[in-house]
Amino acid sequence: MTDTAPAAGSVRRLAGALYRRPRLQLSLLLSAPLAWLVLAYLGSLTVLFLSAFWTTDSFTSNVVKIWNADNFTALLTTDVYRQVALRSVGVALAVTALCILIAFPIAFYTARIASPRRRPLLVVAILTPLWASYLVKAYAWRLILAQGGLLDWVLGPLGIKGPGYGLTATILVLTYLWLPYMILPIHAGLEQLPVSLLDASADLGARTGRTFRSVVLPMILPSVAAGSVFTFSLSLGDYIAVQIVGGKTQLIGNIIYSNITLDLPLAAALGTVPVVIIVLYLLAVRRTGALSSL
Amino acid sequence: MNLSRPARIALRVAAALGFAVIYVPLLLVLVNSLNPDRSSGWPPPGLTFGWWADAWHSSGARAALWTSVKAGLGATAIALVLGTLVAFACQRFRFFGRDAISFVVVLPIALPGIVTGVALNTAFRTVLEPLGVGLGLFTVIVGHATFCIVVVFNNVIARLRRMPGSYEEAAADLGAHTFRTFVDITFPLVRSALVAGALLAFALSFDEIVVTTFTAGPGIQTLPVWIFSNMARPQQAPVVNVVAAVLVLLSVIPIYLAQRLSSDTASGSRI
Repeated sequence: MTDTAPAAGSVRRLAGALYRRPRLQLSLLLSAPLAWLVLAYLGSLTVLFLSAFWTTDSFTSNVVKIWNADNFTALLTTDVYRQVALRSVGVALAVTALCILIAFPIAFYTARIASPRRRPLLVVAILTPLWASYLVKAYAWRLILAQGGLLDWVLGPLGIKGPGYGLTATILVLTYLWLPYMILPIHAGLEQLPVSLLDASADLGARTGRTFRSVVLPMILPSVAAGSVFTFSLSLGDYIAVQIVGGKTQLIGNIIYSNITLDLPLAAALGTVPVVIIVLYLLAVRRTGALSSL
Repeated sequence: MNLSRPARIALRVAAALGFAVIYVPLLLVLVNSLNPDRSSGWPPPGLTFGWWADAWHSSGARAALWTSVKAGLGATAIALVLGTLVAFACQRFRFFGRDAISFVVVLPIALPGIVTGVALNTAFRTVLEPLGVGLGLFTVIVGHATFCIVVVFNNVIARLRRMPGSYEEAAADLGAHTFRTFVDITFPLVRSALVAGALLAFALSFDEIVVTTFTAGPGIQTLPVWIFSNMARPQQAPVVNVVAAVLVLLSVIPIYLAQRLSSDTASGSRI
């Protein structure tokens, strides 16, 4: 080291000064990221949710800063908003349930049945679709579900028609989009399941079904909960896939989107719905201990 | 668990079906880019590379791709710096509000994109516009960086947790000062975690459409926004098909890179 050079000496002095002041180090590390995340991001979020208590001039569409809860009253009393909110939660729950149902056999195969040599390759196979563009995947389903598309062609000889664009298509596509987020944690959970527990269960006389219910399921539950955080919250906020394959279906995201330019305070009030639901969901899931494994 | 033979076969078949469903849409996109029929019906009446030539000359798609790359690189650079700073602060120090910080870092990606998008949009218009800075590529980069911080943070903090502190102590004992220890010891140890984080950050930014919609100025079109606005136009459908196929093919690159990186960098999950 060239400590004799004056520049290096001052660097060393600075390093020493920093080393003796851990608080200064910490504030140097944190100031830029906190300015960004807390001031800029949390600040703008706060302003947005405060604006939910403002109103809009119905002629000029300008925001009027008079405090009131009209938007929330509208939210709770207007049938359309209530229906759409319920429908969105229903879609998110349906997508989560479908993802669990489909992910379980796949994860069980990749984690416990496939030979250990092939497992890394299978994990890559699960991950690969995540790197493909969201829009491209939704677009692929638009092609599949189109009239005269792949699904009609496959189902045609059986005398069944595909669901076409609509609510069913939306649930299907969202399930497809978020499925890897469910497979991965379940795969990880199943892979970490100690064989000795399963052996012990068998030694104590439990059949496969009983072992599954009493040993595997309880131990996998945190993984399922972790996966469901993604499938649920990603579905609840989505409004792009609905536009691509949903036909006339409206979810909460669409309503927020269509109100933004005309009535920002109402859009902000509508925006609190998914945020509150997601926070409640996260709190509920936290009880299973799933968030620590995220 | 001793699964019976039929149960094993059933699971095998179910998994095979599952993988088939996962990959059929991606394969369909590839085949469809060669479909000579404008309406993209199935089965394709033949195969042609004509649309690929058209797409190559499509100036809109090219400009959008270039914008996406610039936005992705900018957002990744910012996320790398900020994410690494927070990760070091949270791992090396104990301070009031440490748990709250890791929560704030995750928030931009946990909340629906539309909420983040609208919040940033109103903030930009009220704060930046009086300063003469309108919405443009810059605001897109800022928006993307906000939700990319978390992936860098996660990768770096995971690496720091598993890194024995004894290496740095040894360096200090041998007379290295804080900066030299960082350059010679700490940085080489976290480098692959940084690369993995950068890869994820770029992929997230490159794929983002919702936040982009709200933070992009007029005339700024990233590739997802371009695809979305051209998807419903029959005239543009063949070119969209080709761009979609290209994106499917391009996704092989990050998969390959992620595999090359050490497997412990959580290159897996995108969150």
